[in-house]
Amino acid sequence: MRFDLTDEQKSLRHMLAEFFGERFGGAQGVEAIAHTTLDAGLWSAVGELGLAGAMVPEEDGGLGLDLLTATVIAEVTGYYAVPAPVLPSLLAAWLIATAGNDAQKGKWLPKLLGEGAQAAFALAEEGGWAPADWTLTGARLSGAKLCVERADSADLFIVGGKDGSLAIVEAGSATVTPVDTLDRTRPLFTVTFEVADADVLTTDGTVAGRLFDALCITAAADALGAACAIQARSIDYAKERKQYGQLIGSFQALKHQLADMSVELEPARPLAWYAAHAWDMGQDDAARMAALAKAHLTDISVKVARGAIEAHGGIGYTWEHPAHLFLKRAMADRSLLGSVNVHRERAAALAGW
Amino acid sequence: MDLRYTNEQTAFQQRVRSFLAEQWAPAENKRDSAFITRFRQLATDEGYLYRGVPRQYGGSEQAPDVIRAQIIREEFAAVRAPMEVPGNGVALVVPTLIEWGTDEQKDMFIKKTLTGEYRWAQGYSEPGSGSDLASVTSRAELVGDEWVINGHKIWTTLAQYATHMFALLRTEPDAPKHKGISYILLDMKAPGVTVRPITQINGDTEFCEVFLDDVRTPASMLVGPRGDGWNVSRSTLKHERNHIGSSTRTVPMFRSLVKLAQRRQINGRPAIEDPRIRSALIEIEGYLQSQLWAGYYQQTLAANNESPGVLGLVNKLTTTNFFHRVAQLSAEIIGDDALLAPKQGRDRGGDERWVNQMLGSLGQAISGGTSNIQRNIISERGLGLPRSGSEN
Repeated sequence: MRFDLTDEQKSLRHMLAEFFGERFGGAQGVEAIAHTTLDAGLWSAVGELGLAGAMVPEEDGGLGLDLLTATVIAEVTGYYAVPAPVLPSLLAAWLIATAGNDAQKGKWLPKLLGEGAQAAFALAEEGGWAPADWTLTGARLSGAKLCVERADSADLFIVGGKDGSLAIVEAGSATVTPVDTLDRTRPLFTVTFEVADADVLTTDGTVAGRLFDALCITAAADALGAACAIQARSIDYAKERKQYGQLIGSFQALKHQLADMSVELEPARPLAWYAAHAWDMGQDDAARMAALAKAHLTDISVKVARGAIEAHGGIGYTWEHPAHLFLKRAMADRSLLGSVNVHRERAAALAGW
Repeated sequence: MDLRYTNEQTAFQQRVRSFLAEQWAPAENKRDSAFITRFRQLATDEGYLYRGVPRQYGGSEQAPDVIRAQIIREEFAAVRAPMEVPGNGVALVVPTLIEWGTDEQKDMFIKKTLTGEYRWAQGYSEPGSGSDLASVTSRAELVGDEWVINGHKIWTTLAQYATHMFALLRTEPDAPKHKGISYILLDMKAPGVTVRPITQINGDTEFCEVFLDDVRTPASMLVGPRGDGWNVSRSTLKHERNHIGSSTRTVPMFRSLVKLAQRRQINGRPAIEDPRIRSALIEIEGYLQSQLWAGYYQQTLAANNESPGVLGLVNKLTTTNFFHRVAQLSAEIIGDDALLAPKQGRDRGGDERWVNQMLGSLGQAISGGTSNIQRNIISERGLGLPRSGSEN
């Protein structure tokens, strides 16, 4: 019985924190979003880390790691509000390795793992985000997908269809329209497909369910990372800002507010880890835990991020200060893949209530 | 991450289960105190209870093993078998005596505390010394070979049933406040001890006031060095960190809440079908599962002698916040039954007993360091923020 990360996972977390901390640890975060298109230099540096192959089996050229590891990665990308689609490409590579045929694997895995190809998930429709809400049909895809992250630079789309089918569509055969996005670290697009022969990955709905759960768990971890980052910045600020002749961090009102953030955040991390572990083990409670973690972590993260901006006072409400990046990141994680109440209802239904 | 038990741990779990199946399950009267005492002795002989207490004082003296401790807790809870004698004696006095006590004190008190024969009142808080405990003014003066004690203690849990008191008393009135306190034991039957139970907002009388007027106790009842009582009182059972984020109460409580929501009706339908109730239940379960897995995480860290950092400081608030959330939702579910006064004692009454959850959860938020004191601890020790509002 050991409920903790492995030493490898801990050192990966440390390595990624250094890598992204160097780039986005200070006020640079705001510069990073001045241009909303994907920074090619950053993406190429990220590519060299080999994260895209994290969950691809070793025999297919990946690292053969689990979703728990991806969850650790997601918390770090949230913590530094990384403006690059690390998780979409990672999970797309896992999906193709898991569900793809030899031709699909042969075509896409080398591109994703070695050549910096970028994947985007095209799932949401007017009716919702979950596999049951997808209406596009099979190989003949016709219609719009909403809230597709960084579709402008994507090389391939993973498109969700009716009955949880999933298909690959190459960029170029889709129309990409930008959306004025709240979270500028992850710009969203509407993507319209008019494709006669999409490359169907799977028609097995359980794969779509697994994918959806994995996206939920990593979104939860991303939100947690963003909230922890803004709490840490609030604590630092409380230790340097003086009013009434003393550090504001010595006022109990603020100390208690910051302490309550820890009460929300600290126990939430193990829940994200457990949800990932349940997914990795294929446990019966995996889908329910994914829904529960998505609802809980994104909910508390927005709550904490909001409080942390307040704790900064006026400076936290400015565009120049990076605080808003984390609030918006957490807010996006809360709404992506379905709202808090959508996931709470899913968890309730999965309990048989 | 590996949530399976090793073969050795599985075998241990099986041994605990068979022990319970043989010794606890067949009992006809599980409330019979003689039977419970005998059961605890058998469980101690097997190494399941009092694991951090030396054998010579009636413990089972087991090597620290948080996983075994967890298996024991879970298996005992599953069949509702009694664990160690509840109360301050086992939780506070025994570890303090093991660390600081004289041989005479250990021989005199530990064994009888473990069996429940000796019950302890905690003489800490005073009318003027609550959160700021180091400001106690009740005094003990050494006269000949006796301490003569005068003062007034309050919020003393179950003092009306206690046989002894462990008290923080000012013995060095001229020393700085943390340096002038001693940890002293006294007999509750000694002349000059007056106990007055306090009726609480829920009608219970768990707390008392204790008046100490020229109470005498032998000089040998000083525990640890004179004037060092503040330090002495900080001893707690570090052995297996038994109380880390324990979910033995929260998990069954949530299960009862779900059952309540399934049984009660709102607008002619089971309450659990009401979207607000469903959503609120899952919100609470988010906190429950967080606390549960954070507990397992902390147990793993403890097993490896690693520090849990800030997480280790939030356990009391996560638990009391959970109890409060359960109280709020239960009031929503029981409707007008929330207008009734909950029954006292063994008669559990109807669903108005959930009103006790509201009142009881408030008591939990205050006792053992109020929620605001917890927030001070988290922000100062955990987040490194400056101390405030203190002359220290």
